[in-house]
Amino acid sequence: MAKEVSYGDVLQRSNQYSQELETEKMSLSMGPSHPSTHGVLRLQLELDGEVVTKCDPVVGYLHRGDEKIAENMTYNQFVPYTDRLDYLAPLASNVAYAIAVERLADLEVPPRCQAIRVLISEMARVSAHLLGLGAFAMDTGAFTVFLYTFTEREKLYTLFEELTGARFTTSYTRIGGVARDLPEGWLKKVEKFCDEFLPVLDDVEKLLTRNRIWMDRTSEVGVISKEDALAYGLTGPNLRASGVPLDLRKDKPYCGYENYDFDVPVGTMGDCHDRYLLRMEEMRQSVRIIRQACANMPDGLWYADEAKKIFAPPKDKIMNRMEELIQNFMVVTQGPQMPSGEVYFEAENPKGALGFFVVSKGGGVPYRLKIRGPSFCNLSVLPKMAVGNLVSDLVTILGSLDFVMGECDR
Amino acid sequence: MSQEDFLKELQERHPELQKRDSLDWPAFNVPAEQLTKVAKSLLRVFKFDLLTDVTAVDWNDQSPRFTVFHHLYSTKLHAYLRLAVDCENDENPEVPTVSSLWPAADWHERETYDMFGIKFTDHPDMRRILMWEEYPYFPLRKDFPLAGHETEIPGLDQTEKPAEGDDVKVISAPMMGGPFTAPHRKDMSKNEPRAKDQSWSEQQPKPKS
Repeated sequence: MAKEVSYGDVLQRSNQYSQELETEKMSLSMGPSHPSTHGVLRLQLELDGEVVTKCDPVVGYLHRGDEKIAENMTYNQFVPYTDRLDYLAPLASNVAYAIAVERLADLEVPPRCQAIRVLISEMARVSAHLLGLGAFAMDTGAFTVFLYTFTEREKLYTLFEELTGARFTTSYTRIGGVARDLPEGWLKKVEKFCDEFLPVLDDVEKLLTRNRIWMDRTSEVGVISKEDALAYGLTGPNLRASGVPLDLRKDKPYCGYENYDFDVPVGTMGDCHDRYLLRMEEMRQSVRIIRQACANMPDGLWYADEAKKIFAPPKDKIMNRMEELIQNFMVVTQGPQMPSGEVYFEAENPKGALGFFVVSKGGGVPYRLKIRGPSFCNLSVLPKMAVGNLVSDLVTILGSLDFVMGECDR
Repeated sequence: MSQEDFLKELQERHPELQKRDSLDWPAFNVPAEQLTKVAKSLLRVFKFDLLTDVTAVDWNDQSPRFTVFHHLYSTKLHAYLRLAVDCENDENPEVPTVSSLWPAADWHERETYDMFGIKFTDHPDMRRILMWEEYPYFPLRKDFPLAGHETEIPGLDQTEKPAEGDDVKVISAPMMGGPFTAPHRKDMSKNEPRAKDQSWSEQQPKPKS
């Protein structure tokens, strides 16, 4: 006859073996190919049961030595590499890099070029936030949102393709201008996209914002205090969600952002839910900027015509004029000629402040180019904030931080 | 406090700061031994609360060879500031850490150490961050070739232990195409014209110019 096992039995047995049943901490390697790490991030975790007691992010799996490469090529040749920094918003990285190098030459681009750059930066921001939000929601189990956001992102990519010729790696800017003018009728399509996009954003909001499961998964999870956010060098939406109203588009306006009317949303709690709400609002503000840019697109040249040693003139001019041909030859072979000096420029990119520190000794090749990837700094807070959370909450936190390893590892 | 007032006050308080040529933001040269003091007052008195970047430049054949750059931003003044710290020792460059003041400096300084071999004294965790721990070179130094040096493959990345005497080597360099390409058959200098003038290695020493 089988012996009846009761609760008391188990308790008695566990007491009997209590010396042998000591718990110990488990070390777990999460990533580099874990779906929630959005790329190749590895977290070396130490767990007590399901609670994280130590978190050591291991980065560098996508390190390509972009800074070394930059020292060995001309300024324009590096533009395609900037696509691969924040590869979810390549247009914004292109713009940031171009402005940084133009600051070196103290070159002001014409109003049309500035407006184009603002327009594409904001479109890139919408597309990056759509992906970030879709992936974030999918990580926490809300799969439908992902389908909504990716449909909209697809429309944006079609617009990018029409503008730049590529969907993903756009390489649209040049030092002193952009690669080509806007196609005819393109602005109308952008405006149409804005009209269709806002109702979809409302739908997404209905799916998530007051959703009980979403609230439980995100609110009061992964709180970053204002002080911590500043101390760890967070920038962009992650910093603003913690209540610091720092937006470089307002604080240090570049590219004519001071002429646009938009608000900077700021969070109060600094939890995952705040970071989600903030990105939703940022998309709405970006649509406002896009609409203003479309409505007030200035006429004129889309490159700095007077910068003969920096910008290679458009093809139709090269083919029938001698001076332009020489100019093109010089810029392409020698690179845009820059004065010597040191310049540091940060642009407000979708993930945060993307900085370029350019050290030039003159000529067409940078002596040193340092890239300050916002995702790198945003991840550095993980060892502090991950401790005390459940492993399942870690997935939410990673989704809400919205990092991209391309610019973290460079 | 306006930007001019702040610069004046900063220089009065710290006469050891020397103005540095800059094309954009105010920049100062700071002696290495004064860095901690200057950084403390920048954070506490002048409210430069955001350390956005720490990096270094290798001046190659000059001395001092390495200069460490700090970029600070103040959310109160809305101003950037650049600090440049020369490393006195060219062979074993060292600079005091600022990671106790701005925790953000922790990873930036680790990256600078990883790429240039500049040690940050009193840093709590001076490990490599982008390259693997056993990697013997500092890739962003000017004497490191674009074509890379041959090194042992990191132990962690080997799923099977190589047979005795079968040494597994890897050339980790920007031009090598990353982990998803098959091992190359030719020298990088033959495949990639850009690496041609930089193809020196241990077997083939750098040509004296």
